[in-house]
Amino acid sequence: MKTIVTILAVTALASVPLWLRDPYLLNALITTGIFVIGAMSLNLLLGFTGQLSLGHIAFFGIGAYVSALTSLGFDIGLPGGFRLVHAPWPPIIGFVLAILIAGLCGYFVGLLSFRVRGAYFVIVTISFAEVVRLVALNWVELTQGPLALTNIPSIALLLPGFGELTLRTKFHNYYLVLVVALIAYLLIARLVHSHFGRSMRGLMENETLAVSVGIDVTRTLTIAAVISAAIAGAAGSLYAHYIRIIDPEVFAFINTVTMVIMVISGGKGSLAGPVVGGLIFGLLPVALRPVMAPEAQWIAYGGVLIAILFVLPRGIVPSLAQRLTRRRSGTTTLAPVGLTETGAKEPA
Amino acid sequence: MSEFLQHLINMLVLGGTYALLGIGLTLIFGIMNVVNFTHGVLYTFGAYIMFIVVQQLGLNFFLALPVAVLAGWLLGAAIELTLLRPLRGSDIDTTMLVMIGAWIAMQSGTLWIWGGVAKSVATPFPEAPLVLGPVSVSWLRLFVLAAAAMLILVTYLLINKTSLGRAMRATFQDHDTASLMGVNVDMIYTSTFAIGSSLAAAAGALLGPVYVIFPQMGDLAAVKAFAIVILGGLGNITGAVIGGFILALAEELGAGYVSSGYRDAMGFLIIIAVLIFRPTGLFARAERVG
Repeated sequence: MKTIVTILAVTALASVPLWLRDPYLLNALITTGIFVIGAMSLNLLLGFTGQLSLGHIAFFGIGAYVSALTSLGFDIGLPGGFRLVHAPWPPIIGFVLAILIAGLCGYFVGLLSFRVRGAYFVIVTISFAEVVRLVALNWVELTQGPLALTNIPSIALLLPGFGELTLRTKFHNYYLVLVVALIAYLLIARLVHSHFGRSMRGLMENETLAVSVGIDVTRTLTIAAVISAAIAGAAGSLYAHYIRIIDPEVFAFINTVTMVIMVISGGKGSLAGPVVGGLIFGLLPVALRPVMAPEAQWIAYGGVLIAILFVLPRGIVPSLAQRLTRRRSGTTTLAPVGLTETGAKEPA
Repeated sequence: MSEFLQHLINMLVLGGTYALLGIGLTLIFGIMNVVNFTHGVLYTFGAYIMFIVVQQLGLNFFLALPVAVLAGWLLGAAIELTLLRPLRGSDIDTTMLVMIGAWIAMQSGTLWIWGGVAKSVATPFPEAPLVLGPVSVSWLRLFVLAAAAMLILVTYLLINKTSLGRAMRATFQDHDTASLMGVNVDMIYTSTFAIGSSLAAAAGALLGPVYVIFPQMGDLAAVKAFAIVILGGLGNITGAVIGGFILALAEELGAGYVSSGYRDAMGFLIIIAVLIFRPTGLFARAERVG
């Protein structure tokens, strides 16, 4: 049953560019897809370890900048009169470097999460993202600051027998994003259902108990943060090569909030949650655009976030799944709450 | 040397309003354990009240400050009653996300009503600054410092000398026991949020005329308030006042001697450094409000 739904959903998503010709809608779908990848990576931390990172856009933005700078090249002065010159490399190497460097940043934030928890972890991650944004804004020699990095090349794939395929059109980018999203989904699913995934959930539900049965807290949280950041970095790289212009506004806090809304509304701790929540909230602006002014859209956005937390605190997917099981078994027993909700965290 | 003295003077003026912002947030965060993302919006709101009273209604500049305090108090009480009271007992992540939702909706509301163009407020103070030997300071900034000092003093007396303040301190220490001793904890939470919000609105009303007023002005103010709270320790009013001045000094020196582009990075760097090396704040002592 579940497999059939998944296959049908993927087939439906894969067929979209074959019949949808409207470039505006296709563009909305591609950017939504990129943000869904970001939301899935956030869900790995928020939904499976219970750590709310509100600086997640930093990894996304770092991925975007690393990838853009790798493929554009740069020439910067270093202290002591040295210069660091980098000639442009193919974008696909930028994509790989984006994953690696974002993952490295995730490692440091993961180490931090061991020292500070709860509300303080949230504030530290926000501060991290803002510092990165201010560096991107002020290190004009490297990033062009507010003038933005422009003319970022599209990703090109070397296909044996076909030569080089440059993924420039929306048609190409749609499939690129879909494939990366599928890989990220399968990777996270594999991870969550492994021994490691059970360690993460154990930590989230009862840390003292988890430690007493031999789960290494630092190691588990750090690995989760590295993988989560690396996936976010991949999404950022896709974004840079699709939009082809990057400025420090990519680090805006509202972008993190968008990912959080996608995860919370869809259902944190559920694999399909960020996908469902992401599609709804990514396409909501498209639906609201003809009927509302942009400011009113944002008011609605905030209102919907509040409404979801009041009405469906566990998110759409877990609530639906619970209703289905209840109907099938004919009983009214509730699914264990601990799997999807984090307990109240005390500040460190 | 005179440049350094000028930085010190600027620090005093800026630090006073930062302290106001920090006290408001430290009360809310400390007593209610709510990560209040609407604090910056209340700051913006206070500045726009100033704009409405002075520029749109044409009323007296000095009348605008009490009006802003009152309006901030009412809006804070309304937020607490509608959004936080129903969620009492939820985990801190849920209330934090609800506050984020409220922040987005309210900030966009400000943008919708008044537009994105920055507004300025005319003040009754003379243009020429007060010159004291090698340094100078504008009369408006002196007024801001005096008003902030007065509001800090009032808040200090409220917390330490009144029965409401005693109930707030008791709730901070242990809300269950306070409740058993006959403290109306729900009322204390609403009062705390309203008082904290009115202080944020006051800070906005005071700094609005110094700079310009625009819908996103509260975002950085909120982060600075968090930096001050973390620096001073949760629920520690004296710590928040000292933290406000430390942040102001760090910003002044950072902008003066490093690069003005990184002025606003100081707050974030302080947050990260303090939480890594001294997570209980610089002035940690036994957990208490006061």
